[in-house]
Amino acid sequence: MTGRKGRAGRHLHGGKFAYAALIVFTAGSLFPLVWTAIAASRTNTRLAQTPPPFWFGSRLFRNLEIAWTDANMGTALLNTTVVAGSVAAGTVVFSTFAGYAFAKLRFRLKNALLLLVIGTMMVPPQLSVVPLYMLIAELSWTDQLQSVILPTLVSAFGVFFMRQYLMEALPGELIEAARVDGAGSLRVVWHIVFPAARPAMAVLGMLTFVMAWNDFFWPILALTQSGNPTVQVALAGLGQGYIPDQSVIMAGALLGTLPLLIAFVVFGRQIVGGIMQGAVKG
Amino acid sequence: MPEPAHGRPVAHVKDPGASGHAVDGTAPRGTDAAARRRRDRRSRRYRRDVRWSPYAFVAPFFLFFLAFGLFPLLYTGWASLHRVELTAPTDMEWVGLRNFSRLLEDEFFWNALRNTVTIGLMSTVPQLLMALGIAHLLNYRLRGSMFFRVAALTPYATSVAAATLVFVLLFGRDYGMVNWALGLVGIGDVDWQNGQWTSQLAVSTIVIWRWTGYNALIYLAAMQAVPKDLYESAALDGASPWQQFIHVTVPSLRHTILFTCVVSTIGATQLFGEPLLFSGGAGATGGADHQFQTLGLYLYEQGWVNLHLGRASAIAWAMFLILLVVGAVNWLIARRLGKSA
Repeated sequence: MTGRKGRAGRHLHGGKFAYAALIVFTAGSLFPLVWTAIAASRTNTRLAQTPPPFWFGSRLFRNLEIAWTDANMGTALLNTTVVAGSVAAGTVVFSTFAGYAFAKLRFRLKNALLLLVIGTMMVPPQLSVVPLYMLIAELSWTDQLQSVILPTLVSAFGVFFMRQYLMEALPGELIEAARVDGAGSLRVVWHIVFPAARPAMAVLGMLTFVMAWNDFFWPILALTQSGNPTVQVALAGLGQGYIPDQSVIMAGALLGTLPLLIAFVVFGRQIVGGIMQGAVKG
Repeated sequence: MPEPAHGRPVAHVKDPGASGHAVDGTAPRGTDAAARRRRDRRSRRYRRDVRWSPYAFVAPFFLFFLAFGLFPLLYTGWASLHRVELTAPTDMEWVGLRNFSRLLEDEFFWNALRNTVTIGLMSTVPQLLMALGIAHLLNYRLRGSMFFRVAALTPYATSVAAATLVFVLLFGRDYGMVNWALGLVGIGDVDWQNGQWTSQLAVSTIVIWRWTGYNALIYLAAMQAVPKDLYESAALDGASPWQQFIHVTVPSLRHTILFTCVVSTIGATQLFGEPLLFSGGAGATGGADHQFQTLGLYLYEQGWVNLHLGRASAIAWAMFLILLVVGAVNWLIARRLGKSA
């Protein structure tokens, strides 16, 4: 974000009504999360009473422990970290390469290929799950993490995002100068493109990590709850009655959400900036 | 592209091939020739590099896309013309368009389509209207505006699974907090899971909760690009803040609003996790009476519960066709809006 002064659109100071409305909205946004923690800190019997609890109880760590062991949340968290980390890293690197080529290099079919990239954003995931499932069944990859990682390792949005960023952020003269000095294409990418793209790479990495962490539809087909779940698959298993204890289910939900919430507390500003940036340009 | 670097001193070039000439004994006579050859080779290599590296840079995307995007897309079309069972996915029996014609006679398909549309409308319309309002408020000069933005985005960080599990509890019939609160104002216990409208409303609430803040930030970004003098001249003409919002902000955001409509529509068409988990142990039926079974959930039921992959493929293509129609409608609206501008 740039400075506040003279910012177009910031035409008025917020009045009392603006604050009141925003506080209500913020409360609505945060309440289900806070209540997840409250419910996770209570016993199942207490949750089956009216009025529902509004403050924390003493069972939090015990419920977290049960969720961790019985619901496989430990494995699930580790798996999800591996999946989201690989997907984010792959997407960032491949998108930067492709985005640089589309932004700054000349080659035949460039516009047609770019249109194809944008077109792929419109294809819903449902259209590919049946063959993908056959494929991983054929390869005996069911319950293995690569079956979740590989299909999402590149992203059309990422390519487009990096292209838009590099069009502006990467001066053509810099590349030409390196070329005159005899640098090959890979050297140019390593020494000029990557440093110039770093802010956008960080944003894309965070957005992709969040998306991959929360991905649901394909993982629940490719992985099983009892085998090698991601957090989302483990949570779905909890919801479908493997563990009937509501407070433990809430503890699982809390465990699955907490890492991203912590990331939001630390990197919130950058993530917000990234979404707003992507929105203006996309 | 810059021309190859002819001016570069050749002496600095470490070319492993070049030393061969010296060993041959051709070096004394052919120093110039060897240097020229080396230079040619370098510039040839350079030209090759410039010519082919763009393709190498975009290749990973397209290779992965071919393997995990395009091929499955086409194969789904192929599978939709066959009888394929999950138990033996390699035994495919050609049935032509029978999967599609069965779909048209299938009451559960139409039920799922209807539910997808109603839940889609119930979630998208309030979500985008609220997002517009929130964005407008966030656009004021505010203390702690970054806090409000981050807080608005936290539901986006919450997964479908975690969010749905919490809302299942909040919407519980007997001890849920929503019914408790409604009880305080004298409204009797609502059966959020088994009623037709109430269950769809509850599922929509989860969607609205997760995406309103995200859309608000997108609108906010667009609002900040609106020129300030538009507001100033509107204010000079005596427009109230509300009139400024309706006559300046909303028209300026036309394209962003359309963009969010398209994205939300695509999302609504694919709705899957919320209805799956909202039905708890009931699984893929979307409630005892299929009252909130969406198309995405119906695809899952046909393919992974009833094991009919061919029919699931047909549903997938039907969803794609519906999306294309929706996209075309959006495009027509966009064109009309563009003309009226």
